[in-house]
Amino acid sequence: MFLKQIALVGAVSALMASTAYAGCGLTSGSVRILSNDFPALHAVAAGAEACAGGGVEVTKNQTTEHNDLQVAALTSNPAQYTTAVVANSSILPLMNDGLIRPLDDLVAKHGQGLQKSQLVTIDGKVMAIAFMANAQHLWVRDDILAKAGVSAPTTYEEVLSASQAIRDAGIMEYPFAMNTKSGWNLGEEFVNMYMGTGAEMFVPGTAQVAINNDHGVAALNMLKSLMEYSNPDFLTFDSNATQALWEGGELAIANMWGSRGGAVLDDEGSTEEVTSNTRLIAAPTWGNGSVPASTLWWDGFTISKNISDEDAEATFVAMMNGISTEMVQANNDKAVWLIDGYVPGRAAEGIAATATAGAAPYPMLPFMGALHTALGNELSDFLQGKESAEQALADVEAAYNAAAKEQGFLK
Amino acid sequence: MKHRTFLWFILPSLSAMVLFIALPIVSVFVQSLFVAHDQVLVVTENCGPFGCKQTTTVDQEAMRALKEAAPLGKFNGFETYTNRGHLALAEVSQAWRSATGIGDFVLQVLNLPFYRAVAFTLSYTFVVTPFVILLGLAVALGVNSLPRAIKGPTIFVSLLPMIVTPLIGSLILFWMIDSRGLIGATLQILFDDPDLSLKASPTLTWITLFVYGVWHSAPFSFIVFYAGLQTVPQDTLEAAMIDGATRWQRLRYVVVPYMTPLVTFITLMQLMDNFRVFEPIVGFSAQASATSLSYIIYNDLRGGDSQLFGSAAATSMLTILGVAVLLLPVLIRTWREFNRKPV
Repeated sequence: MFLKQIALVGAVSALMASTAYAGCGLTSGSVRILSNDFPALHAVAAGAEACAGGGVEVTKNQTTEHNDLQVAALTSNPAQYTTAVVANSSILPLMNDGLIRPLDDLVAKHGQGLQKSQLVTIDGKVMAIAFMANAQHLWVRDDILAKAGVSAPTTYEEVLSASQAIRDAGIMEYPFAMNTKSGWNLGEEFVNMYMGTGAEMFVPGTAQVAINNDHGVAALNMLKSLMEYSNPDFLTFDSNATQALWEGGELAIANMWGSRGGAVLDDEGSTEEVTSNTRLIAAPTWGNGSVPASTLWWDGFTISKNISDEDAEATFVAMMNGISTEMVQANNDKAVWLIDGYVPGRAAEGIAATATAGAAPYPMLPFMGALHTALGNELSDFLQGKESAEQALADVEAAYNAAAKEQGFLK
Repeated sequence: MKHRTFLWFILPSLSAMVLFIALPIVSVFVQSLFVAHDQVLVVTENCGPFGCKQTTTVDQEAMRALKEAAPLGKFNGFETYTNRGHLALAEVSQAWRSATGIGDFVLQVLNLPFYRAVAFTLSYTFVVTPFVILLGLAVALGVNSLPRAIKGPTIFVSLLPMIVTPLIGSLILFWMIDSRGLIGATLQILFDDPDLSLKASPTLTWITLFVYGVWHSAPFSFIVFYAGLQTVPQDTLEAAMIDGATRWQRLRYVVVPYMTPLVTFITLMQLMDNFRVFEPIVGFSAQASATSLSYIIYNDLRGGDSQLFGSAAATSMLTILGVAVLLLPVLIRTWREFNRKPV
């Protein structure tokens, strides 16, 4: 363990030294990074920090609270951070308030290594550079499925029957779990399930929500049926809780984030029995739908608007160094990279399969956040059996309308 | 003291109070009257790692002009206060008209976020406060009669729940009450019910939060009562003993009356503290079953990708109003007692 860390530190510093030697071609500028806090982003930031030296200064703030800092921090002039690393939901507040700049000229000048799919363009302008992908999909334990005599499920109906078979075989009482903690996590599970119907969440071209219909009711009922096979504490399950259950060998089938793959499949925190039998497979379809019930996510970097052009250029170059092919080669298994040079490993299989099966990206709509919050807050009553699916969806719609009015999306 | 001298005497603290208490409240109030500008939406083509799609975005240029003209946002008056997220006047009157009975009406109203939060907040306040006072008094009396040698360590241990940061304390307990945790597993054995989970049912979650609240706050009332016990006049107690008063009678007719001002003080503090219950809800991940006014303010500010400042401000103002209403009886009582005494 200790030796491994030493080796890792050595590898990272060797990488930094070699790139710092190259100097990234910068002579001046200030690079200030705001990002979430997980290993893949540490690797990206380390790559950017390698450009420090001479007249170039690189600082970073990597925190799970980044979402709550970003708008205020980028509103000030000059902005507190020159780049905010965002996902397809957290870019929206920055877009809505016009806090990030178009990157077209910088891409033309310094973005030769980028693949076209990495460019996130909005209204024809590149607004972010995506570098990694994520999605929720099924995780299965092959040994337990074999013991119960079922094959790996491809639909949620099969998840139900497989869970029942595992229960009937007396292997586990609660073989299934998903991230259903009341709040953001629960909202995301509904969004995933609803996306599996292929229906729109909003009336196209408007901010009018469109989930209070038969698709919504069916999605809720499917969630409730699944919860029959999940531990009764399910409304407190976030990613950390489900990962712990999985690593503890208490689950046979789960719907979890692909980004947890590296952490589960490594040789820490679990047993050989669990890790060797864990397989990450595509998100299931359901109800005769053809689209996987999941949403695709990307993480990427943006450049603040309220900074000097010089800092913007330095930041872009440093971040490009952060997402270089060398970085990917040194950190291959930390994420599903969208960068040239990435070799997909075991942990990436689920996300790749989900994307190939045609899952839709998480809706990048300015009012999506308000709906997500409303879903997260209002659905737990239904899952606890306190109200009907129709009532729960009516509550969501009412809560969304109130929030969307306050944000100016609805009159 | 002359009025003039008095004014100079309190001027520093008065100005600090205006600066740090009154002005922020005024600013929050002003904020609560405004909402975001009407967004100008345009349909554009967005592309990313997973393909291109026609989607709706906000027109930056148009919005910038609006924001520069009125940086606070759009004036909304008291409409944020009356919308569904707060007092929900329209929904409540609709429920009144459509309800089949008073029970149904209450159920419909408790389905609204603000009233649900009020229901838990008030239950928490009125369950935890009396228990904190009673338990604190009991512990103080118990500790007071201990031999001197073990008094110090006992006081220290009794104070521990208050020393632990509320969020940390509740997180630790959250894992202990898990069905595989120390307390959770013990309860399952005690009640002989392998499915018993304190996290799953709303009722048990409420009880867990109440117990946590009493556990966390009892040391505060204990230490206040314990200090009070040291000053109970021994003459009166001895006189009562000579008159043949039992231990219970001495407690009921000498100690408790003597400590009434302390009870008022603790009640005031606890009503205020418990009314803004927040950390245990986050620590116990209890938001599915229990929300409080403070929690919905937090949720407005931290629940999603963007903040609802107007909504949070309106709930804050309603919370201040709630605290004022709650404290009024106690304050009136104190004021009357103060006036009764010859100055």
